[in-house]
Amino acid sequence: MSAPVVARRVVASAPVVAVAGALLLTTLVMLVVGVDPTLAYPALVRGALLDGNLEYTVAAFVPTLGMALAFALPLRAGEFNLGGDGQLAMGGVTAAAVALLVPLPPGVAVVLPLAFGALAGGLVAVVAAPLSTRLGIPAIVSTLLVSAPAVSLASYLVRFPLAEPNTGLAQTPALPEAAHLPALGGSGYLTIGLPLIVVLTALWLYANGRTVLGYEIRATGRNREFARYGGVGVDRVAALALAGGGAFAGLAGALIVLGPPHRFVDGALTAPGYTFTAVAAVLLAGARPVVVPLAVALLTFLQVGGQGMEREAGVPSQLTQIVQGLIIVIVAVLATLRARRAR
Amino acid sequence: MNVFEWSFLAGVLTATAPVLLAALGGLLCQVAGVFNIALEGQLLWGAFVAVVVSDLTGSAWTGVAGAVAATVLFSALLSGPSVALRADPIVVAVGLNLLALGLTAFLMRQIFGSGGTYSSPDLAGLPDLGELGVDVPVLREQSPLVPVALLLVAVMAFWLTRTRSGLRLRAVGQHLDAAQAVGLRVSGYRHGATLVAGALCGLAGAQLSLGNVTLFGEGMSAGRGWIAVVAVMLSGVRPGRLLLACLLFGVAEAFGFRLQGAGLPQQAADAAPYVITLAALVLAAVWRRKATREHA
Repeated sequence: MSAPVVARRVVASAPVVAVAGALLLTTLVMLVVGVDPTLAYPALVRGALLDGNLEYTVAAFVPTLGMALAFALPLRAGEFNLGGDGQLAMGGVTAAAVALLVPLPPGVAVVLPLAFGALAGGLVAVVAAPLSTRLGIPAIVSTLLVSAPAVSLASYLVRFPLAEPNTGLAQTPALPEAAHLPALGGSGYLTIGLPLIVVLTALWLYANGRTVLGYEIRATGRNREFARYGGVGVDRVAALALAGGGAFAGLAGALIVLGPPHRFVDGALTAPGYTFTAVAAVLLAGARPVVVPLAVALLTFLQVGGQGMEREAGVPSQLTQIVQGLIIVIVAVLATLRARRAR
Repeated sequence: MNVFEWSFLAGVLTATAPVLLAALGGLLCQVAGVFNIALEGQLLWGAFVAVVVSDLTGSAWTGVAGAVAATVLFSALLSGPSVALRADPIVVAVGLNLLALGLTAFLMRQIFGSGGTYSSPDLAGLPDLGELGVDVPVLREQSPLVPVALLLVAVMAFWLTRTRSGLRLRAVGQHLDAAQAVGLRVSGYRHGATLVAGALCGLAGAQLSLGNVTLFGEGMSAGRGWIAVVAVMLSGVRPGRLLLACLLFGVAEAFGFRLQGAGLPQQAADAAPYVITLAALVLAAVWRRKATREHA
């Protein structure tokens, strides 16, 4: 393929069209409500990349990529995991509890809270598996119904049994020094969380494309009856995929808590909307898992830049949620248009 | 705590009404064969528009009308892509729920100048039935939309089983090919069901923001649209059972509210409706499974 052909294919690919379409509609929204796009967009870029903001963008990329895997892994098996918030919060609060209550030697003091955070997230998610495979309750509904009480439980734990004494704040005390994620650089926002999540993503991409389990998960997602006929233990595979997704969400929560400000602050995990930014990114990447990290990077850029836009240009940062919603709708429409043209 | 006081029953009805209205919309879509999980976003959008229009015009009923009209438009974003273009309704709905959340929070800041919660003396709420001369203990402090919601359950039941268009809608949902074979315009019925569901969600939103309370808060639908989706799943597309499922949620919310008054943490009250709804869903599924096994 010649370079122009490649370029044309990239420009006409669904993600590029979807993002361009969403940005076009967003610019329209800006013009309708009287916001000057020539002020807003430069503020967005500065807010995400310049003035020392890049490290916040990278710091937000880590949990968003974790949440993207939490959604993408079960989706491969045909299960919609929309309960990321609950898995994230329970992972975070469990990691905080382990770090605060169990005295551990250096090294283990980081690894064990991360492991327990992942375990907690996995357990919250896997509840949906028997409900889906045995009782026919769609995971999209059950994960969401489990998520809300899980967020409430984490909130209760951090306000009462784990609360920092005598402050009245809804947060845990600062975690012991040994449990802080080792920093990569001066400020501490860049931690080993970044290489960790990148390696795990690479492992997932490898497992998805090159291992038996990855194949079984994809087969289960494509056509459950056919996979069962082919000897795949589809119920077990669906449960594994949900548990694995939940574990990534729990790990993301643990990574947030072990990073600065090194404590669980009630609402701090769910308020930035990592879960649905990740959902939008995964749907944007469509059927190409390799594109997931790129899509996550793009949407994290928009999300963090949106806060800069709010500071500088006075445009409410919720605009980025509008962009994400539009991207999802446009992706869905493009997918069906392409399928129809292919036929 | 006396569960059988009138005020508790009134609390149950108040909590039930918005969920019931949204669930009636969801049921209509389900009957037509459209899996509508955008109820949450539509409910939030309806609640927002109701407050904006009521605030601008000073009339709660204009607010209700605005909410219905705006939510019908919003639901066209579901029916257009998913019925006309056959895009995956689940993915479209996930996007629309996010869009509603972002759009309401964004416009709230643009229109009212701040986020969080908006209320004002200019904001007209729906009148109580008591003010309109209804002297029944449970209904005295309800908005007129509450009996409307209950009435719509009966109307829906009658329409789906006793009228030509209702039966045709069921045919579209149950047996697409047969419906097409007898010459029904399938996509017309589906568009109609989705748009009417939008109108019902607009009513639900108006009841939430101008009936239950008189304010708009970011994300104030707080999962009620999802509870409505579950109520539809529990109903087996029967309006009577739908009412029971929504009442169950209403009891859970009113009960949680009382527990909070009795000193339990707020988080328990927040979680109660979800836990009880999930438990009901699981029990119903187990029971249905057992029933089908015994038949087999």
